[in-house]
Amino acid sequence: MSAILETRGLTKTFGAVTAANALDVAIEAGSVVGLIGGNGAGKTTFINLVTGYLKPTSGTVHFGGRDITGMAPRQVTRLGLCRSFQIPQVFDSLTAYENLLVGLGIVSLGRKAFVGSALGDQRPEAVAEQMLQRFHLGPYRDVLASTLPEGVRKLLDIAMALAVKPRILLLDEPTSGVSADEKFSLMDLVLEAIRAEGVTVLFVEHDMDVVRRYVQRILAFYEGRIIADGPPAEVMAHPEVRRLVVGEAQPAGEGGC
Amino acid sequence: MSPTRRTALGLAVTLAVVAVAAPFLPRWAGFLVTIAIAKALVALGLLLLMRTGLVSFGQGLYFAIGAYAAGVGADALKVTDAVPMVLLGAVAAGLAALLLGLLLARYRTIFFAMLSLAFSMILYGLLVKTSALGSTDGFNVAAKTVFGLDVAGPVGRFGIYGLAALVAFLGAVGIDLYLRTHLGRLAPAIRDNELRVEYMGASVRSVVHLHLVLAAILAGAGGAVTALAVGHVDPESAYWTTSGEFVFVAILSGTGSVAAPFAGALLLELLRSFAYEHAPNTWQLVVGGVMLAVILFLPEGLWSVFRRRRAAA
Repeated sequence: MSAILETRGLTKTFGAVTAANALDVAIEAGSVVGLIGGNGAGKTTFINLVTGYLKPTSGTVHFGGRDITGMAPRQVTRLGLCRSFQIPQVFDSLTAYENLLVGLGIVSLGRKAFVGSALGDQRPEAVAEQMLQRFHLGPYRDVLASTLPEGVRKLLDIAMALAVKPRILLLDEPTSGVSADEKFSLMDLVLEAIRAEGVTVLFVEHDMDVVRRYVQRILAFYEGRIIADGPPAEVMAHPEVRRLVVGEAQPAGEGGC
Repeated sequence: MSPTRRTALGLAVTLAVVAVAAPFLPRWAGFLVTIAIAKALVALGLLLLMRTGLVSFGQGLYFAIGAYAAGVGADALKVTDAVPMVLLGAVAAGLAALLLGLLLARYRTIFFAMLSLAFSMILYGLLVKTSALGSTDGFNVAAKTVFGLDVAGPVGRFGIYGLAALVAFLGAVGIDLYLRTHLGRLAPAIRDNELRVEYMGASVRSVVHLHLVLAAILAGAGGAVTALAVGHVDPESAYWTTSGEFVFVAILSGTGSVAAPFAGALLLELLRSFAYEHAPNTWQLVVGGVMLAVILFLPEGLWSVFRRRRAAA
């Protein structure tokens, strides 16, 4: 398979701290990839660099064969590289339906900025209704986002990212803040919706059960570097991953000083 | 009926009532309504900015540009009809915002408010020092006709009043329609979360810039209408107290509806007129007291009364 997203020597330093250290990553189109690592390992920095929130100190990012290094978030998003957030970034004063409509409206802005629903164009509205149903957000259609339960806000945040028609979606801790018994149902729902769109997915996750269940490949981060990259079973068995990421005790005589 | 049609119908009925009432209103009342409409136009622009999360303390800048452009432009272009004079004012203010917006659209919160105030005070300083524009005295502005009707004639004497009402109707319907487009819906989204708007593929700065221009066009039209109604312009129109008054109207009205600024501006003009008549030395105290009461009891402005009643129904 061809790489839809590729980084070469991607580096980001904050003073003396290297948050991303010469990251070389190639993501195949249509794959589901998990990003694991402890706090401060560089996972979110990687997402921020790829999506234009941070400018890299050095290195390049290519998306669909195009150099997108240093592009602004809106430019990257328009190309089809979208993200959700660890803390849901929704529009609090709008309802769930209106939140989706904002994103869908932006998608259609390029074609007809001034011909919205006020003049009878129903297409984005119809899509918003479909998305509400697909993400089980129907009961919250007219509820202000500020009053939604955290799990629902998370779902809405992801649905909003999907509303702008991504080719690749980066999910930053999609199950954080969601109760343990809701994590799998949320991920089932999200990945089912995403698969229908044929979207490539990268997601940051701390829950290893979630990672094992959904991904085809894992990138394990530690101190800004990728210490392991491969299928879940292989990466989870990697001694450095077990010691530095998963935090399992090492058998006597294996590794350590 | 869709909200857009309901708003347009409501405004059309109001326009008809205002037009029919013209011959029956005493001259002072007609003037008061015209000035209230002109100020409401500026507040309507502020409504758009406030929905985008911005408060401008410098709309007097565009108000003054509109007023001066109506006078100077008409003189230079030998225009004697009020309609092109108002158009001149609106276009001149819009062009000024197009230029200044390159800088203003980068700022938010208090920095945006202070920068907009600074620009209006710069214009005030320039106007005061420019003898060609009458310095502190300003100059007279007059239209001979409105829609081709002689302003001294039996119908034409209501011309400025009618023109103000028509501009208000077009402005309010236009902004209401705009707020329901995909682009217009970005206003509350930007106010809530700029980062997310950018991550949905829209340029926040471009939308803010557009809203600055739209608000300036409305302020310019308001300035031109005021100049024509008063028959005079002077640098006070760019002074910070004038800008403050527009913010006062916007806060008093609330941002719940495009009709709100018109109700708020009319109430303020009535309040000021009666307060000035009955308490000429302390009228500011009365106006300030009302403002305080509105902030305390109706923090979302006068229009929230209608929303509460609708919610209760």
